[in-house]
Amino acid sequence: MGATPEPIHAHAIDNIRFIRDAMARATAFTAVPGWGGVAMGVTAIATAFITGPPDDSLRWLFIWFGDAAIAIAIALVTMTVKARRIGTPLSSTAPAHRFALTFAPPLVAAMVLTPVFVTLGLITRLPGCWLLMYGTAAATGGATAVRVVPLMGICFMALGAVAFVAPAAWGHWLMAAGFGGLHIGFGLVIARRYGG
Amino acid sequence: MAKALRKYEVRSQKSEGEVQKVQKRSPLELDRLIHERLRLGIVSALAVNERLTFNDLKRLLQTTDGNLSVHARKLEDAQYIGCDKTFEGRVPRTEYRLTAAGRRAFEKYLSHMEALIKAVRD
Repeated sequence: MGATPEPIHAHAIDNIRFIRDAMARATAFTAVPGWGGVAMGVTAIATAFITGPPDDSLRWLFIWFGDAAIAIAIALVTMTVKARRIGTPLSSTAPAHRFALTFAPPLVAAMVLTPVFVTLGLITRLPGCWLLMYGTAAATGGATAVRVVPLMGICFMALGAVAFVAPAAWGHWLMAAGFGGLHIGFGLVIARRYGG
Repeated sequence: MAKALRKYEVRSQKSEGEVQKVQKRSPLELDRLIHERLRLGIVSALAVNERLTFNDLKRLLQTTDGNLSVHARKLEDAQYIGCDKTFEGRVPRTEYRLTAAGRRAFEKYLSHMEALIKAVRD
């Protein structure tokens, strides 16, 4: 007894699915660093403990700038290492360029908005701005990256929205939950499922 | 030298044969060249990237050097994909791109699949 032949339309559907998957894999940026995310999360939690609640002081602001600089360095180093390890150097792949082009604009917007918030005396509301804009960057950049990145972006955006309505004194905890907790949680998922 | 020349001539004749075969295909006939899974993967990946290196394709399609070479060569012979070999320092680099004929063939193949699905659903 031979196996039941597969209907031709089922084979066609299977082929279309295969094509879609191949195209999605070919455009996905896979060098998102999971362990880098975990490290960035740890530094963010430490920073939240150091700064305490937002208090309209430049000290609070500059400590977070310092953490952002460390986080950027961690991200660049771990991303480069991962890209080399999986054989897709960042300089030569279209997915990496697409990721950079979609991830960067919301971060540039955050850089423009930050001095505006400072001059308007709204430093205590910066956590909402930063979480929302970073979330937007992850959601848009994540559209061309591994699947969990846009989900992480949406979580950041939700936290950002909460930060705008929550008491200003919660700001450092929301920063710890977002830049710390979400980075660590999603970083672990990326590290385990997407090769480091 | 003579052996290498003969090998090149045989390959050229074979390539012309592949191109003619592709050109003679009737519009309703399924493009068997693209239909094979790995070749379909190569063409699909190149359809969304201007260029991909040999290593990019190998990683994306999770295949071996030998397998990828054989199937990429068949697509090259049919002039569905183009291949550029360069050096990055001292390291050879092979890049593939989809040709206009390859894109047309891929679009036709997709239409063919969609028509099959539609025919059953209608």
